[in-house]
Amino acid sequence: MPPSDLSLMIGGPAGSGVNPSSEIFMKACSRAGLFVFTNVEYHSNIHGRHIFFRIRTADEPITSHVERVDVLLALDSETIYGTDPHQDYQSHKGHLHEVVPGGAIVVDAKVGITAENLGRDDVRLLSLPYDDIVRSAVEEHGLEYNARRHAVMANMVPLGACCALLDFDVDRVIPIVAERLPERHQNLVPINRSVLHHAWQAAHDVLGDEGFSQTLHPCDDQPSRMLIAGHEAIGIAKLHAGCAFQTYYPIAPASDESVYLEALQADWPIVVLQAEDEVASMNMAVGAAHAGVRAATSTAGPGFTLMAEGMGFASITEAPGPVVVLYQRGGPSTGLPTRNSQQDLRFALQPAHGEFPHIVVAPGDVEESAQFTHLAFNWGDRYQVPVVVLADKFIANSHFTVDSLGLKGLPVDHGAIWAGDANGAEPYRRHQLTSSGVSPRSVPGTPGGEFVTTSDEHTERGRIEEDIDNRIDQMDKRMGKLDIMLREIPEEEQFTLHGAEEADLTIVSWGSTRCPIRDAIRQVERESDIRVNNLQIRLLRPFPADAVREILEQANRLLLLEDNYAGQLGLLIAEQTGIQIEEKALKYTGRPFSQDEVAEVIRRQVPATAAVAAAHGS
Amino acid sequence: MAVATLPTVKDFAVTDSHPDWCGGCGDFGILNAVKQALAQRGRAPHDVMVVSGIGCSGKLPHYVRTYGLHTLHGRVLNVATGVKLANRDLEVLAVGGDGDGYGIGAGYFVNSGRRNVDFTYLVHNNGVYGLTKGQASPTMQRGMQVKSMPEPAIIDAVNPIGLAISSGYTFIARGYAMAQRELVGLIVQAMEHRGTALIDILQPCPVYNDLLTIDFFRGRDIGHQRTYALADEGYDGKVHDPSNIDEIVAKQQAALAKSYEWGDRIPMGVLYQIDLPTFEDGVTSRRPEFEKTSLMDGARPGMDVSSLEDRFR
Repeated sequence: MPPSDLSLMIGGPAGSGVNPSSEIFMKACSRAGLFVFTNVEYHSNIHGRHIFFRIRTADEPITSHVERVDVLLALDSETIYGTDPHQDYQSHKGHLHEVVPGGAIVVDAKVGITAENLGRDDVRLLSLPYDDIVRSAVEEHGLEYNARRHAVMANMVPLGACCALLDFDVDRVIPIVAERLPERHQNLVPINRSVLHHAWQAAHDVLGDEGFSQTLHPCDDQPSRMLIAGHEAIGIAKLHAGCAFQTYYPIAPASDESVYLEALQADWPIVVLQAEDEVASMNMAVGAAHAGVRAATSTAGPGFTLMAEGMGFASITEAPGPVVVLYQRGGPSTGLPTRNSQQDLRFALQPAHGEFPHIVVAPGDVEESAQFTHLAFNWGDRYQVPVVVLADKFIANSHFTVDSLGLKGLPVDHGAIWAGDANGAEPYRRHQLTSSGVSPRSVPGTPGGEFVTTSDEHTERGRIEEDIDNRIDQMDKRMGKLDIMLREIPEEEQFTLHGAEEADLTIVSWGSTRCPIRDAIRQVERESDIRVNNLQIRLLRPFPADAVREILEQANRLLLLEDNYAGQLGLLIAEQTGIQIEEKALKYTGRPFSQDEVAEVIRRQVPATAAVAAAHGS
Repeated sequence: MAVATLPTVKDFAVTDSHPDWCGGCGDFGILNAVKQALAQRGRAPHDVMVVSGIGCSGKLPHYVRTYGLHTLHGRVLNVATGVKLANRDLEVLAVGGDGDGYGIGAGYFVNSGRRNVDFTYLVHNNGVYGLTKGQASPTMQRGMQVKSMPEPAIIDAVNPIGLAISSGYTFIARGYAMAQRELVGLIVQAMEHRGTALIDILQPCPVYNDLLTIDFFRGRDIGHQRTYALADEGYDGKVHDPSNIDEIVAKQQAALAKSYEWGDRIPMGVLYQIDLPTFEDGVTSRRPEFEKTSLMDGARPGMDVSSLEDRFR
């Protein structure tokens, strides 16, 4: 483990300030030149239910969490002990057991936890009087303490204490606080600074000369990095791709992206429309795509269910797009609205009745999410199909440090556009059979390019037609686009074999599990002689069957790793290549794999056939 | 407009596709009225997009030479909304049946009224689902039984005009497929209106609806034409001062009262009209650039987003 790999947790009831405290501290770490990864676990609840952030920092890139907690900042006792253990199902078991020996817990004194009753004698407890610290800071500025106005600053206390524990300059936190406060509240910045300093001093007094085992060393020689969540990266990528129309219906965890874009409407060329449901969202986007605009919508599984008919409609009418970002969450039905899963692969592969072409691509991290969202618009235009970008709650809500999103310089490809007929003798054919397999599209408004198209089977001219020969022609034309895509989309975009070419173990995966897998591979290879690589398949429809088969056949040992029950990629691989991957690590708890869990799976000497159902204190 | 001269009805004629509607169907009348209205409106065929739902009426775009999208059952308003917002320069005409708009698309009917995007919506209202052989549509009244129904209807009909009023439609009219001249005039007015304009068009289904027949509308049984023009009786559904809530309420109440008039006298014409900000106006208030630039012209693929990235540093 590199010396600066630190795992910090901030937990408490939803609405109590867990989010701002976490966001402030993670940003301070990122600004200090550290690599940061954070993930958040929360209930489908506005106020009161347990929420926690894991903030991990390291001096090398990290994209996943670890099980251990070095420092726990607890806003209530539930964060430490969990919910009532006498319930039928204990909602969560608390995080006390996750704190490493020698770790620390920071908690408000009024929660009533003492070293005697904590239940761990190998952990440093900093039980601090939050309100008193705020009061003394307020009074230092000659103001009268007013709980209604000032109590909110209690959120600064654990951050100040945390800085003391980790020997991290508390003044690095101040600018972040200032940036988050509106202009009219800038007068609160000095008071917040005092709270932080008082908290730092209080913690320092408790710690005494003994100090703490961990420190947070700034790396100020590092380039300035972004700290960004997947939903924001995808939103930026849509703007970069020239997406001018985004529709959505509120749903966790997808609507964060649309709300982010809504806030940018004043200055960026996009209209965000909140529709009455996902049927409307989808079909509005299809209409806009047909009218010549790059259009998109974002949703989660329940919403995508409603978009099904629109997918078939877009495909049979050969609309250029739209791009649908599907943030997977735990299903079925309402399921686990705020938890992670990779349960929707098979649904995304066949979202509607009938046989039709579309693209399904699953990015693996925040940069890929941005880049493949951009490319999705190119593909939608070029192949005149709807494109599903298969993301998930982990991507949406986790924060990653990156140099940039890697969008600059990505090509813009609008595919074949009908530019008019020189002699005007031939009527325009929207679904023309061509040698390239794609019909040049006329953008409505173009003189002479008038067309009608229909969700019925149709002729090249878009007329309803049930004739057998025409049916064969049009089906072959549409379905043939899948082969063209496979030929044209570069192989390095379709999949990546990451790591050693010759490996003892090849982990086969798709989507965001790439993040803990890559971190775990690095860890295991550092600690042992095991050589591991990762076949990360991004393009899931059309499926690069030949290339994948070749890699799988050459592998020494295969392991399928997915965040679902059935091993849906395994089923797809079996269908497409005939290869059955026997060894599986499957998790369907609604929580993402940690680096440790993947490392454990890799280290197993006996093949794993049972599902991983790791118990989390969450 | 690219054409130098004003278009004629012939410019909207389609020669390679022929309607497969039944003889005597009201769809023919609506199709003819659409073509005439487009010619009167003076838009070139390439500046028009006709978007339709599913059913007999949904086939209409195949028989008029403009851009056309024949979409899904009940989703015509969604698609029309996307089309219009993408390219505000297009004249957008949404077309669908009563089942399409008031049944499977009822949620979109309501929300499109709230949204008030600038397009025209023609509903072919014949009381039955024709293409599936004559089941009761949402406008079939309780107790009615047409010859294709094994039993009389046991639920009430929706009142499309009343629903439109409460949904916020800014132009609400009723037409009759067989009254060509009046229907053409209504469609032109609807296209000229800024905002979503609804025309509920009564029409016979000669195959399945043996109650709402041409003879019924002619009033053979009562000795006078049942349909009458509201304008002939001095009815004025237009709100002249959209800031006057009293006038709005009074006009909406009058329109609602008229919407329940049925039997020996069936009112035709504009029941309600008001000038209110469109959805596009709302977008423009957020971003003034939208006023001049359609989305398709405003988008800049590959544009520099580094200033957005920098906000996360």
